[in-house]
Amino acid sequence: MRTWLGSIGASTPLGSWPVYRQLTGTDRLGRGAAAQSPQHVGLRPRTASADRVAGSVCPYCAVGCAQKVYVRDEQVVQIEGDPDSPISRGRLCPKGSASLQLVTGPQRLDKVRYRAPYATEWTELDLHEAMEMIADRVVAARERGWQERDAQGRRLNRTVGLAALGGATLDNEENYLLKKLFTAMGAIQIENQARI
Amino acid sequence: MGSNMAEAHPVGFQWVMEAKGRGARVIHIDPRFTRTSAVADTYVPIRAGSDIAFLGGVIRYVLDNDLDFREYVAAYTNGSFLVREDFADTEDLDGLFSGYDPGTGTYERDSWLYEGTEPSGDDDGARAKTLSEPFQAGASGAGVGGADRAERDPTLQHPRCVFQILKRHFARYTPEMVERVCGTPREQFLDVCRAWTDHSNRDRTTALVYSVGWTQHSVGAQYIRAGAILQLLLGNIGRPGGGVFALRGHASIQGSTDIPTLFNLLPGYLAMPSVEHTDLDTWLADQRTGGHKGYGYDVDAYMVSLLKEYFGDAATPENDFGFDWLPRISGDHGTYRTVMDMIDGKVSGYFVLGQNPAVGSAHGKLQRLGMANLDWLVVRDLNEIETATFWRDSPEIETGEIVPERCRTEVFLMPAASHVEKEGTFTQTQRMLQWRTKAVEPSGDRRSELWFAYHLGRLVRARLAGSTQERDQPMLNLAWDYATEGEGEWVEPSADDVLRRINGHDLTTGELLPDYLGLKADGSTSCGCWIYSGVYAEGVNQAARRKPHTEQGPYDAEWGWTWPSNRRVLYNRASADPEGRPWSERKKLVWWDADERAWTGHDIPDFPRTTPPGHQPPDGATGPEALSGDDAFIMQPDGKAWLFAPHGLLDGPLPTHYEPHESPVRNPLYRQQGNPTRKVYGRPDNPSNPAPPESGSDVFPYVLTAARLTEHHTAGGMSRQLPYLSELQPALFVEVSPELARERGLTHLGDAHVVTSRAAVQARVVVTDRLAPLRVDGRVVHQVWLPYHFGHTGLVSGDVVNDLFGVVEDSNVFIQESKVATCDVRPGPRPRGPALRALLDEVRAAAGITVATGTRIATAHDVRHTEETS
Amino acid sequence: MSRLYGPLDDVAGDAGHVEHPPRVGFFTDTSVCIGCKACEVACKEWNAVPSRNENDGAGLDLLGMSFDNTGMLGADSWRHVAFVEQPRRTGHQEPGFAGLPTGPSGIPETAGAVEPRLQEAPRGGSELGTNPLPTGAPEPQELRPTENLGMPGFSRPGDLTGAESRTDFRWLMASDVCKHCTHAGCLDVCPTGALFRTEFGTVVVQQDICNGCGYCVSGCPYGVIDRRQHDGRANKCTLCYDRLGDGLEPACAKACPTDSIQFGELDELRERADRRLAQLHDLGVSEARLYGRDPDDGVGGDGAFFLLLDEPEVYGLPPDPHVPTRDAPAMWKRAGQAAAAFLLAGLAAFVAGGRR
Repeated sequence: MRTWLGSIGASTPLGSWPVYRQLTGTDRLGRGAAAQSPQHVGLRPRTASADRVAGSVCPYCAVGCAQKVYVRDEQVVQIEGDPDSPISRGRLCPKGSASLQLVTGPQRLDKVRYRAPYATEWTELDLHEAMEMIADRVVAARERGWQERDAQGRRLNRTVGLAALGGATLDNEENYLLKKLFTAMGAIQIENQARI
Repeated sequence: MGSNMAEAHPVGFQWVMEAKGRGARVIHIDPRFTRTSAVADTYVPIRAGSDIAFLGGVIRYVLDNDLDFREYVAAYTNGSFLVREDFADTEDLDGLFSGYDPGTGTYERDSWLYEGTEPSGDDDGARAKTLSEPFQAGASGAGVGGADRAERDPTLQHPRCVFQILKRHFARYTPEMVERVCGTPREQFLDVCRAWTDHSNRDRTTALVYSVGWTQHSVGAQYIRAGAILQLLLGNIGRPGGGVFALRGHASIQGSTDIPTLFNLLPGYLAMPSVEHTDLDTWLADQRTGGHKGYGYDVDAYMVSLLKEYFGDAATPENDFGFDWLPRISGDHGTYRTVMDMIDGKVSGYFVLGQNPAVGSAHGKLQRLGMANLDWLVVRDLNEIETATFWRDSPEIETGEIVPERCRTEVFLMPAASHVEKEGTFTQTQRMLQWRTKAVEPSGDRRSELWFAYHLGRLVRARLAGSTQERDQPMLNLAWDYATEGEGEWVEPSADDVLRRINGHDLTTGELLPDYLGLKADGSTSCGCWIYSGVYAEGVNQAARRKPHTEQGPYDAEWGWTWPSNRRVLYNRASADPEGRPWSERKKLVWWDADERAWTGHDIPDFPRTTPPGHQPPDGATGPEALSGDDAFIMQPDGKAWLFAPHGLLDGPLPTHYEPHESPVRNPLYRQQGNPTRKVYGRPDNPSNPAPPESGSDVFPYVLTAARLTEHHTAGGMSRQLPYLSELQPALFVEVSPELARERGLTHLGDAHVVTSRAAVQARVVVTDRLAPLRVDGRVVHQVWLPYHFGHTGLVSGDVVNDLFGVVEDSNVFIQESKVATCDVRPGPRPRGPALRALLDEVRAAAGITVATGTRIATAHDVRHTEETS
Repeated sequence: MSRLYGPLDDVAGDAGHVEHPPRVGFFTDTSVCIGCKACEVACKEWNAVPSRNENDGAGLDLLGMSFDNTGMLGADSWRHVAFVEQPRRTGHQEPGFAGLPTGPSGIPETAGAVEPRLQEAPRGGSELGTNPLPTGAPEPQELRPTENLGMPGFSRPGDLTGAESRTDFRWLMASDVCKHCTHAGCLDVCPTGALFRTEFGTVVVQQDICNGCGYCVSGCPYGVIDRRQHDGRANKCTLCYDRLGDGLEPACAKACPTDSIQFGELDELRERADRRLAQLHDLGVSEARLYGRDPDDGVGGDGAFFLLLDEPEVYGLPPDPHVPTRDAPAMWKRAGQAAAAFLLAGLAAFVAGGRR
């Protein structure tokens, strides 16, 4: 039997068969090296095959945990903590750990949805068309709510036709442009989660 | 206190656990025993809404036993300043300070000023209350004219000095009173007092952590004041291991305040001009009522540089740098007022950007009814959230209060780019900006808010092009020439370029500015946010620095960038004694280097670098040059930390215990029941539960509070849609004590509904020993708690807990009281449809609720409140 | 000859790995666990473990066991955080309820409400661990129903008697995981070679080999391994075998905010755990104990071991786990016969395949 098995040799298909390796190798009970399937030999994590890693920051609470975002074939394949961070030392809470699902999950909106007045369902709308429609409505609402002066004749130079409420997960640069834009339009009811 | 740090900020909590491992004692004071309490050394129960009584008790303990850090208090606080003779305290006026006007529900505050200083023009508390003016004092400090002429008693013995006033003010906040108001057994309270004072001295510091458990109250700003006073008395500000930590709950909520989208602020806490400001000079004069001292004095340079960034070359000295192009505010334009304006038909369009007010704002029904009365609504988010679908599945559909076929609001729901699909900075809770690089391009219609704002501006400008109307000139002169990436019409604006312009440029050379000290008022510099100037110093994106913490010092100066000027500990001049020496070797942070003639240390000194400890400014000096060598609090008009706020706050110079707007008990300390300046909106759609001395409060006998779970995020838009988070907390529940469960017949895992005058919310009952009844002023008070994350979309859904709360606000900052209210809890599911409306009608009738309920806010002896509140 | 029970110094070498890295594992210090469940989510994200609602379609519901809605380890829960509310205190910790107008604890009522739901649970967790396989081994001591279901208990027997008001309280949290036993019951009984001992000394199921026979499920003394409903294959923690290959720590340990889950070389972890235990005892936490640390225990010591603050049953852990092979030579003989039969059948199939 030994001779027969020995003649098969490691290069034959049988040589990769676990039972063969068990009987001929160091793992006589067939519970370790001999049982390892080819897929499990030299297994590497998917982070090792990433094309690039982007330095990011967790989008949930304000602790500001650093994240590393692993990208392969232009898809995010893993998000985990960055051990270099003096704030988080690579750790993440359950929400931060769910960032991959947040970013890549099927719950993400991908297309503009539009609800016409009195409609009971969403319809689709082209993004650029939506932008043009919104710009039209902004100009009209601004005009409708315009207040030049108050009852005492003092300059108001503003509109009350437009309001905004911003979330606190927007970037500083985004908030900066929003405040600048709305202020230049004369809109004043521009608020934020920071008030809440 | 007011924070459930382990649950809401788990990764930040690693540092608490690390400190505990090194021997620090951790005390958690909270209405419920939470995951934070579970690993604390000591848990201390407290009634929601009574924290000022508790802190006032600790302050009294410190003062009564001479346990304050006397040298620190004398040198760095205003404890020695004398207050005017006509100042009267709440002890004298039954819970009111001098100057109260029941016609406006505000104070005329001149009597609170220092002896020897003059009133800063017309002090108009009523106007200030409409503008949330105290919020605007960030850039220039609250106004106290001529503070350097204030009379002082360095011995702290003068009966009218702040230190003595403080003693008298809190004299009745005894351990017995704390027990009576807070329900905290006195022995436990005294244990906290001993721990706090034993660990606050030259060698030891104590850190205080709070979150929205402190801010979301009708006395919220004064909660934080109370914490600050205590930490100042104990010398725990500006020193390593000390401080008052505000743990903020959203990735860039600090940034959203620094670079605000808030109605009364411009970037860097500059005040939004109001109708009284006819030109830049009148605006400046208003900002400088604080006097001539400190960095706030240079507010002209900050404002002009902002206008130069806004309007570019069109901003000239001749046109006041475009100041007149800014809109003027004239009253309350806050988010809750605006929602009421929507209901009243005054608002056409509403942008909701990364926010879910249908679930996350107080009084969700008010929010949804407001949105149902718009012409159009734009919602931009990662996922489909309740705010976008109110017309289809809000609770009001079931009750018939919103009918889709009759709701005209046009809704645009636009997919947003996620945090990995765009680049930019978040500012985290300790003021640190951290840059994110873009990992992947957003797919489909997903776009950044930067893209949205940029193109909306471009399209609106195109529509206004050629207009000669005055109102259109700001849009047409707007500097909207940011660098872009990509080709064609729909390019992506460069966040990097926006950040550069936030940092600011020297317009004569085109160079990026090194910090805000270089800003000029003559139009030769531009800067989008003065406190962020320096984030792009030396042409390097400082926020993008990621030097591993293992390769740098304890303050990690080369990771990210912290405003201002990359300082990690604010007011760190106070870590050294008046002579500039560290208070102790163990607590060394910055100090005066006599050889170098400069401040130095482990952190960047928060003080003029070469101003020596003993410096006395020359007469006539202004701004930073006017600071004395021991004026450690460099943003204050007097250079001192304020134990007593002679100006700036609307509801009093000192924190005082007032009962929440809705409370089951009469205030045991004063006849003035609640904050006499709180902002109430008496409207049929915003009813209040009665509170003593009103009758009917027994209909809502329990204290209601709400907060977060670790497993979900705020209004749920980023968690209830995710399978891995949803399965961890799959249903709305209400936590009750076993005692309350027995009293109300509630069974574990059974259904119950929590009822207020606004809503009934159904939840599963969780009976737990982690909640316990308290004995408050001789009666047993039960508290119930719910997580507020649930709504009607997502993988797991539930009633909206914020529907239970009404709208009542702190007058200083317009933050709503959503951490405490009263309620009833009844077994079984809530009624649905019309039966729900009938139930609410029934409880309102039983409690005798009218639009006036809760609006007569002055209840002190002999004061009759007559303010118009709708 | 390889040992099937008792201490074993070189598990990887014993399994035929000639030049292998040191044995690695987890030390979970439950005294610093904040119950955030980051470990559960990080594990699922890394290993693409299904969420329970997308797998069994049964919907999600509160379990009513404090903040635990996972219930137990299983095919779709490779980490499980247990929450135990108890009327006792830890060391010098001050629970804060003394002097309040409280009545009796609510724990018996809540336990009563939860118990029938546990009886309906699809799988009885540690019942498998406390009850031996049918090999003639002595019956273990009878346990109270609330404690033998593989889910954390609410209290220990006797804790509640006579109390009319409640002053002592604590809230225990602990993240459970596959123990990666020195003598792994699952591995010993696996007839297909799907389970194997890695060069790191850990135990991994190979999905490409597992045929879903389920022997391993009854072979595990802790009730850890389980079959996934949709394909029947066995699943459990791999200790992130793929990550170890690249020098990374497992996802759960990396995420853990307070370092309750510590990953490392087992020898070093054991020393660290001994130091931590001594520290806690010095601080007056006399009830602190290590679980799975002892190489002389019934599984030869665990690769993933714990510092607990109470009896293991309280956390849903078996008090005296032992590998079924220890007391079961007869069973092993049966398994050996089965393996031999399988070898012959497999060889025939393999040779036939090779000829094609």
